[in-house]
Amino acid sequence: MKRIYRTTLLAFLPALTSVGIMSQIQPAGAAELTVMATGGEWQSALRKAWFEPFAKKAGIQFNEQEYTGELGKIKAMVETGDVPIDLVTVETSTVLQGCDAGVLIRLDYSKIADRKRFLPGTALDCGVGIDVYGDVLAYDTTVLKEAPTSVLDIFDTKKFPGKRAMRKAPAQNLEWALMADGVPIADVYKVLDTPAGVDRAFKKLDSIKKDIVWWDAGAQPPQLLASKEVVMTTAWNGRIQNAIDKDKRPFAIVWNDQIVEYDMIAIPKGAKNLDLAYKYLAYAAEPEVSAQLGRHIPYGPVMADATPFVPKDVLSKLPTAPDHMKAYLIGDVEFWGDHGEDLVKRFNAWLAQ
Amino acid sequence: MSSIAISGIKTRTGAMDRSDSLRPLALAAPLLLLLAFSFGAPIVLLLSRAVYEPTIANTLPHTIAALGTDSAAGVPAEPVFHAFAEDMKAAQAAGAIYEFAKTLNTRLPGARSQVLRVARLAGQDAAVTKEAMIKAAPLLGEDQGWAAIRSGTNRLTSFFLLSAFDLRWTDQGTIGAVPAGQAVFTRVFGRTFLIATLVTLATLALAFPLAYVMTNVRPLIAGIVLVLVLLPFWTSILVRTAAWTVILQKYGLLNDLLLWLGVTSDRLELMYSRTGLIIAMTHIQLPFTLLPIYSVMRAVNTSQLRAAQSLGARPLTVFRRVYLPQVMPGVLAGCLLTFILCLGYYITPVLIGGASDQLISNFIANYVNVELNWEMAAALSFVLLASTLGLYVTMTRYLGLDLFKMG
Repeated sequence: MKRIYRTTLLAFLPALTSVGIMSQIQPAGAAELTVMATGGEWQSALRKAWFEPFAKKAGIQFNEQEYTGELGKIKAMVETGDVPIDLVTVETSTVLQGCDAGVLIRLDYSKIADRKRFLPGTALDCGVGIDVYGDVLAYDTTVLKEAPTSVLDIFDTKKFPGKRAMRKAPAQNLEWALMADGVPIADVYKVLDTPAGVDRAFKKLDSIKKDIVWWDAGAQPPQLLASKEVVMTTAWNGRIQNAIDKDKRPFAIVWNDQIVEYDMIAIPKGAKNLDLAYKYLAYAAEPEVSAQLGRHIPYGPVMADATPFVPKDVLSKLPTAPDHMKAYLIGDVEFWGDHGEDLVKRFNAWLAQ
Repeated sequence: MSSIAISGIKTRTGAMDRSDSLRPLALAAPLLLLLAFSFGAPIVLLLSRAVYEPTIANTLPHTIAALGTDSAAGVPAEPVFHAFAEDMKAAQAAGAIYEFAKTLNTRLPGARSQVLRVARLAGQDAAVTKEAMIKAAPLLGEDQGWAAIRSGTNRLTSFFLLSAFDLRWTDQGTIGAVPAGQAVFTRVFGRTFLIATLVTLATLALAFPLAYVMTNVRPLIAGIVLVLVLLPFWTSILVRTAAWTVILQKYGLLNDLLLWLGVTSDRLELMYSRTGLIIAMTHIQLPFTLLPIYSVMRAVNTSQLRAAQSLGARPLTVFRRVYLPQVMPGVLAGCLLTFILCLGYYITPVLIGGASDQLISNFIANYVNVELNWEMAAALSFVLLASTLGLYVTMTRYLGLDLFKMG
């Protein structure tokens, strides 16, 4: 018995000493900032464009975590009072939910930047915009002989037969369904705010339901196209652009009737390095800095005064390029804050039918 | 003298009996305590959210008092609106308004922005009128709006449990079905039980003959087969599921093979389909069904089978009357294990199942992670847990099966 005890202790000794050494390596009081983002190519673009330069400039250590974008994880942190992160990237609709649930703090814009410098709708109470992206249609040019001319062509199964992929969520799909059913872009949310409008949108989706493959993660659409599982898919423009530029895929993007959206960054309640988190937000809001992300993934800056700093070849790939803004809808955060929960439930019920 | 001695011995043995039965309990006490603290208590706390939702009651103390004196059904009179405005103003100042709006929105879709508007109004003008409030928030002028508020003022609520069965309190105060477009959970529960049943039957069809073969071959071969069955069992469930997506996808291995063999002329849609889901789940669950059956089959005394045969029983009769009754406990234990595990499947339906193959766990996860509606998640979990326990009790009570005495 005693021998066993001694051997166990011996086995643990190296571990114990290494813990001791580790704690000595860490300089006492070194400033750290921890950010949690949704991973993938997007997070590595954020790292190159902003995280690493800021860490160098401020002389701090920048830690990164990944998550799937679900608020539940942050809520659990806040409720248990143990919040190991200082910044978190979230979708616009999630900002609103997190704000209501008291999971994200209300930001003090005097420490970040003048709210007027942001594009409309990107400086929210609990979240700051970081980039502009487009919900677009993508297809494989070697598969489709005739090019679709609008995102709404996804509803045209006669002209474009075969499986098509859409995001497994009511947001965007209901808007597109109404637009395809003839509702003018300006009236989409007004119509969708009525029970008859919701019925109308679901009825339109019904017409292509059996041909839809649903995707959850942003990395799926390029895969679905590459494996020829579908002939066309809705997607976030950056994922498709990177598949074209980096993986040399024969894909193309249809911009007409895109839905323009913003990614956001927020501070969870109880974040330990609040001052540093604000310093980072102020840094990322500088016009020249704000324009950097586009070099790594074609998402546009949210600072109105950042456009001159975006490289020309990048500019033409952004959702906000003049050529891409002929017909577009801006996602309505307030609408989804009101109706997100019941429309998700209705959407799930509809999927199950 | 002797009788006293005997009774003395009796008491001593009695005491020993008691200490004998107490000792194992004392030994297990630390474990039981740990279980109660780290397992039982959190579960009970989380599940209690299904029936306890105090946000609305906490936000509306004045409104509750005013409603108590208001006799009107449906939309109440002016004083209640004044009390409501007062509560909104206080909630706005305390920063509690958003959580209130979100909570009410769950019961009353669309209420969120209307509540925020009224709160802003009440913050600016303390003497805001009923008319102005209804203009800002039309739901406050409707019976169903106040029905939701009235039911919300009760901290103990049946709303979430009823929702789990696609039921609700109607405006008339009776329990009725939710609108067809919102009815989703009964169907999902039904689907969960259906898929669990199909997977259980599929594993049984594979496991029973395999276990029988394993008991009747040389130990070395049986050992090799056992390792082959167990090998995937030691791999993470996520890895196995991902492997199945490689095999099942449209341009994947299985479709290539079927086409090459000429079995099919067209590529099958196996990914994002129920067929694919059942194939993958059956593979993952096979060891759980197989092992209990195998352990029971090995214990069957074959001389009894020979004896039955020598007494004139036909092979089918031997199987039915002698063999099956002896292996039945293993079959039931294996099936029950697989069935119960299938009820909780999460990642495999996400990755392989189609949109209409999502199980109840996927909905629970959605309410926990995305909607932040932990009350609804707790209610669904409660129904799942209760039905699983109910099933377990039924199986043990009426089929004479006891998992703890197995093997």
